[in-house]
Formats: sequence, structure tokens, C-alpha cells
Amino acid sequence: MKFGIVTFPGSNCDYDAFQAITEIIGEEATYLWHKDHDLKGSDVIILPGGFSYGDYLRAGAIARFSPIMQDVVAHAKAGGPVLAICNGFQIACEAGLLPGALMRNSHLQFVSAEVRIRVENDDTMFTNLYDRGEILRMPVAHGDGRYVASPDVLDQLEAEGRVVFKYVDAAGDIGADANPNGSERNIAGIISEAGNVLGLMPHPERACSPLLGSNDGVRLLESILARVAA
Amino acid sequence: MAKFRIAVHITPRKGLLDPQGNAVRDALRTLGFKAVKDVHVGRYIIVETDAYDALTAEDTVTDMCAKLLANPVTEDFEIESAVPA
Repeated sequence: MKFGIVTFPGSNCDYDAFQAITEIIGEEATYLWHKDHDLKGSDVIILPGGFSYGDYLRAGAIARFSPIMQDVVAHAKAGGPVLAICNGFQIACEAGLLPGALMRNSHLQFVSAEVRIRVENDDTMFTNLYDRGEILRMPVAHGDGRYVASPDVLDQLEAEGRVVFKYVDAAGDIGADANPNGSERNIAGIISEAGNVLGLMPHPERACSPLLGSNDGVRLLESILARVAA
Repeated sequence: MAKFRIAVHITPRKGLLDPQGNAVRDALRTLGFKAVKDVHVGRYIIVETDAYDALTAEDTVTDMCAKLLANPVTEDFEIESAVPA
């Protein structure tokens, strides 16, 4: 399976994603340049973390208009998988692939830490190798990670099982202490209505080796293989 | 065509948590401005554009706000009247 990783000016987790795909799960990966209109036959698109366009105006607001994004949106609308991590999540929201927005962290500080997230739905393209309720450890590194949406949208996301990950504490409980950025309802990751776009602030691609503190992210990538190949 | 200048004010959507505004409000109170009730921090953008008339320029900038300058989920915007640039 071929993973296409988009590089925007300011992306800085594209290489991490490339390495996780090629070295950890042993699949093919290729970089996609933001100015191109070519997905190079990729089966899965990764919008990686970073600070595309310097976060000018709003995080993700300018990247959304990169030429490649027209092709990424078309790929998503046709049901193609898109994994949007961190800045990628911000871009996906700005591009309308996912509802809501990511705002400045409630404490105003950049947060770089390992967090715990709980799997809320294990029946998705991205989580089928996890168990519901399982607690994963992954790093976060962001200044604008507070997920917000209108109460109606939040209710709908929860009712439809589209809230895939929530921030929890060591005991697995949802609480303000476990929330690294003030996200509504401790939301760490959501999927699109069709289920083929996942946006999340934590970095699964940087949680792919015990040497890095956690390999809980590996099964997220392998879940895509399991589902897309099936 | 004439050149117009339009100022745009973008503010956090009312009712949404505005941590930046709260931090500035608290700092003002610490400075002794005890009467401060609320502060909101937004963006001020100046657009210069060619247009047939002021109304057209304002319509165009409103469209710019809806499509890029403001986030429809989290922000409100107001534009000022177009003035010749």
C-alpha cells in the first residue's frame, strides 16, 4: 500500500511519518509537494504535523489553499483514507474535511508532552486493531490544539461514534486535568461522516517505537492496512 | 476601476472561550484597571482592492472574510466602509 505524505512549507513531521510507514510498518511512502497536483497514485494521504505557512492568519488556513489540497479533498470525497495529524488536523478542519476548528490552547502555552488517549470507537478504518476503552500513550506538541465546535455538532459527533479518541488521565478517566489544551469534551481525535478522514492532535507516527517511549501508534497505521486491504 | 481600502475587524465568536482576551483582562486588572469587565483579542486586517465602486469593494471583502480571513466556526467579522485608497 502506498502512503502519500504532503509536505507544505513549514511541515516538520513529514519525515517522521515517512519513517514510520517505511521502517515500522514496511509499506511504501512518497512525499507529495504542496505545489503539485499529483498524488502519485497514493492509496492513503497523510497531512503531517508542523507549522505550515508559519501558522499565518490561523493554523492551517493558508495550507488549505495549496494546489495539492484540491487533489486531497477530491481523494477524500471519493472515500480515500486521509490521516490528518496535528497541523494536518488543523488543515483538514479549515478545508472542511472535518467539522469544527482548533483554537489556541486554553492555558495559552505550547504543550509538548506525552498524553494518554482513550479509544472511544474501535470500529473505524483507523482503530480496528485497538479495543474500545484501551488507553494509548502518544506525544502532543502544539499551541493551537483546543478542539471546538457548536454544541449541536459535538452532540452529533458523539452520537455517531465519530469522536474516536479522548484525553484521559492514568486511570482512564476524563477530567480537566487530563486535557492538555482545553478541548471541548476532551476530544483528541474525530473522523469524518464517511469515516475515511481521521484528524487528531496526538502524534501516532511519533509513537512507533519503544525506544521513543511508546509504540501505541503502530496499530493505528496497521489498522488502515487491515481495513483498506480487506 | 478605482482603488479602495477596507478595514476588517475579526474577533473571537461571542460565547467561545477566549483565553487570550482573559489573560489581557486579568493583566489590566492587575495594573489597577479594576473596572475592566471583558477584553477580546482579535485581528485587524487592511485590504486594498480595485473595484468599480465602494459597494462592490465591500461585497468582495465580505466574501474574502467568509472564505479565508475569518474562520466561520470560531470567529465573527465586521468590515468598515470602503474609502478611496
